[in-house]
Amino acid sequence: MIRAIDIKKSFGDVEVLKGISSTFEKSKTNLIIGRSGAGKTVFLKILVSLLKPTEGEVWYDDVNVTQLNKRQLIDLRKSIGMLFQGSALFDSMTVEENIRFPLDMFTNMTKKEKQMRIDEQIEVVELGQSHKKYPGEISGGMQKRVGIARSIVLRPRYLFCDEPNSGLDPKTSLVIDKLIQSITRENDMTTIINTHDMNSVMEIGENINFLHLGKLAWVGNKDEVLESDNELLQNFIFASPFLQRLRKRALGK
Amino acid sequence: MILSLFYHLGRYMSLLRLMISKPERWSMYWKETMRQMNDIGIGSLIIVCLIALFIGAVAAVQFAYQLEGTMVPLYYTGYIVRDMTIIELAPTITCLVLAGKVGSNIAAEIGGMRQKEQIDALEIMGVNTAAYLILPKVIAALVVIPLLVSIAAFVSIIGGYIASVPTGMVTEAEYVLGLRSFFVPYNVFMMFVKAVVFAFLLTTIPAYQGYFVKGGSIELGKASTNAVVFSDILILLSDYIIALLLT
Repeated sequence: MIRAIDIKKSFGDVEVLKGISSTFEKSKTNLIIGRSGAGKTVFLKILVSLLKPTEGEVWYDDVNVTQLNKRQLIDLRKSIGMLFQGSALFDSMTVEENIRFPLDMFTNMTKKEKQMRIDEQIEVVELGQSHKKYPGEISGGMQKRVGIARSIVLRPRYLFCDEPNSGLDPKTSLVIDKLIQSITRENDMTTIINTHDMNSVMEIGENINFLHLGKLAWVGNKDEVLESDNELLQNFIFASPFLQRLRKRALGK
Repeated sequence: MILSLFYHLGRYMSLLRLMISKPERWSMYWKETMRQMNDIGIGSLIIVCLIALFIGAVAAVQFAYQLEGTMVPLYYTGYIVRDMTIIELAPTITCLVLAGKVGSNIAAEIGGMRQKEQIDALEIMGVNTAAYLILPKVIAALVVIPLLVSIAAFVSIIGGYIASVPTGMVTEAEYVLGLRSFFVPYNVFMMFVKAVVFAFLLTTIPAYQGYFVKGGSIELGKASTNAVVFSDILILLSDYIIALLLT
């Protein structure tokens, strides 16, 4: 479980986050949603300890991450996996080498053990025969799969995904969403996904945190989205007149 | 301006401090260092040799021309080409060229990794990115660039020979006599000191420029240009300081 307690963040005079408190539960796909500029990425970077909050605390289970020194933070990060918006794969390495990298860097596994773990990950994310290819030679969806495989190869307890569906078609997005959800459940991880993809919200939103102008404006799950009377949320999720009509029809109005 | 200078100096020094730390895994750093040695050393060999060849040739032709009609014996051509090459031209010109080739490459590589969030990805994994991305490049350069400079000095002397002996400006005996006259081994030491200092500068300054790049491709281009410009300026400044201190 990850808890954010009264997180504030300012850049100069601009206050981006204005006191956000939230709990992200284990084995669930926790979503952070909101319009561009709402502070989602800054919030995620604070949760993942890439940025320090101006005020507030982040707890990973019983550990106060905001008080850790650099060495302790480096140790903690070995239990974190992160999927980046652009996948952040290393261009000079093949798919297999990308997945192998954390194993080479942080484990004392034998060559055979590493290969077994890599093969296992490749199977989990259904990469097929792409493992000898370079990132530039595979599609965006495949790159995401490699990114997921690399981020979970060390069996992390916490998984962060920054816009996992950006640049993907709706069908592939759903596949990636389902993959993240099943990995989260199977490995009993705490997963936080930063997204503004409405398909993801309605498909895997087990704990949705809606940010608006640096504040937490709504919390709930996908089943509660439709019936929520939070106007900000409704304006964000059902942004077009077409979707608004669909919502009304679904609610029988 | 002054404040900005101190800001960058402070950030550069703290990056260097971060760079010098115990590697997470020696074998990974070793592998990366070997890769960098190949990229910097083998990758730069042809351009370094070509430039050194012409520098030696031009130096020989110019001096043979200037010595014409003077009381100075012609064998001085070999002597001057040798000493100019060892003391100044081989380390300085080679490293100025490498600042352009290797320096811009380092800035673009690290800057590109920053922009594509690859550095963030490494940080999240728990890798000390300053150490993993920069230290192997610095170590590789400190080993390989003095070797390249030695090769450049040798090739430059051959260039002087090719330009002056077959064309009849000086005889082979005169050129060789010049090469063997007034040799001061200390000059070779000075050449290596320069090569090591320049190697450090031409890797760490571009690494600094790339590591802290922000924005898009225009900023990356600027960082790459700054890397070369600042490396060149500091190489020439340190050349002057070393000349003052060691001569």
